[in-house]
Amino acid sequence: MNDTGASDPCVSRLALFLTFSQISLSSFGGAIFWARRALVERRRWLTDREFLDLLALGQLLPGPNVLNVTVMVGYRFRGWTGSAAAVAGFLGWPCLLAVALGVLYQQYGALPLVQKALGGMSSIVAGLLLATVIKLATALPRRPKPWVFVFLAFTAVGIFRWPLLWVIGMLAPLAVFVAWNEMK
Amino acid sequence: MMERVDLESLFLQFLALWFVAIGGPSTIFPEIHRYLVEVHHLLTEKEFAELYTLAQVAPGPNVMYVILIGWHLAGWWGVGATTIPLLVPASTLTLLVGHLNQRYPDAPIGRALRSGLTPVTIGLVLASATILMRTVNHDWRGYLITLITVGVVLKKSCNPLWLLAAGALAGVAGFV
Repeated sequence: MNDTGASDPCVSRLALFLTFSQISLSSFGGAIFWARRALVERRRWLTDREFLDLLALGQLLPGPNVLNVTVMVGYRFRGWTGSAAAVAGFLGWPCLLAVALGVLYQQYGALPLVQKALGGMSSIVAGLLLATVIKLATALPRRPKPWVFVFLAFTAVGIFRWPLLWVIGMLAPLAVFVAWNEMK
Repeated sequence: MMERVDLESLFLQFLALWFVAIGGPSTIFPEIHRYLVEVHHLLTEKEFAELYTLAQVAPGPNVMYVILIGWHLAGWWGVGATTIPLLVPASTLTLLVGHLNQRYPDAPIGRALRSGLTPVTIGLVLASATILMRTVNHDWRGYLITLITVGVVLKKSCNPLWLLAAGALAGVAGFV
């Protein structure tokens, strides 16, 4: 915990670009699953705990949360040029791919067979996201207080469908306040 | 095809949106829908839903639906007008906060922020997962596929691309 640089693997800008290209291009229906798999399980650049920290920050900050994680991981290993390399990998390909998809969509619209395949895949995509959350939740401390906030955030947005900005505006300060008091 | 798209107001609208997009692209989904479909009639309801679905199941982060909509509206200029704004908060606020977080990893306020917000984040992603689950699954067979996926992923780390291929086959075979 004393020096963050000591335990960091040596990561080049090219490796950042390639890894985030890979994360981006394999991300079906949300990148969190693939980001965790690449950064924590495969490359071992981050521990589960560090990944959660960055994801929590990425979620707190405005903008796409995994893009924010991308920026911070790049910055951590190689400064702002590392961020640029990681972001180029993460956003460059989706831009090109989106254009290709846009062309195909305008050409072929919605064929019945394609629609059916998409329907089956979307059920899998939901399962991937759910499994990721369960894996992330196992890294939480085994104390009741954090789980109260998991429950509150989930119920407010997932069940009652309250506007996210309100929910974050209410819960985030309260959660930080409670954590601050627990530290003393 | 459709009325001419005002690129400048599109750019400004997305810039404003991304600065309040705490929680990621799914946060601003309802706002984007309201702006493009209800207020400015740049997309029909059906087009919006289809573009969103297409981006969801294609490789790429969630945010791709925004890029795809940009292209559909105004080609490369549309891609620029919707994509450049999303980089702005990430390259300013995130770099700054990421820097502080890395420089002072043990600052009490940083620790309180992180340990307080992590459970909230998990709760919010869990909410997204269940909303997604309810949106894409129309009957018990869809839910069954989703639950099997969770079980397989938690048991062993096989490449999810195989699962997606299996899902596509199940769809084509008429199972869901």
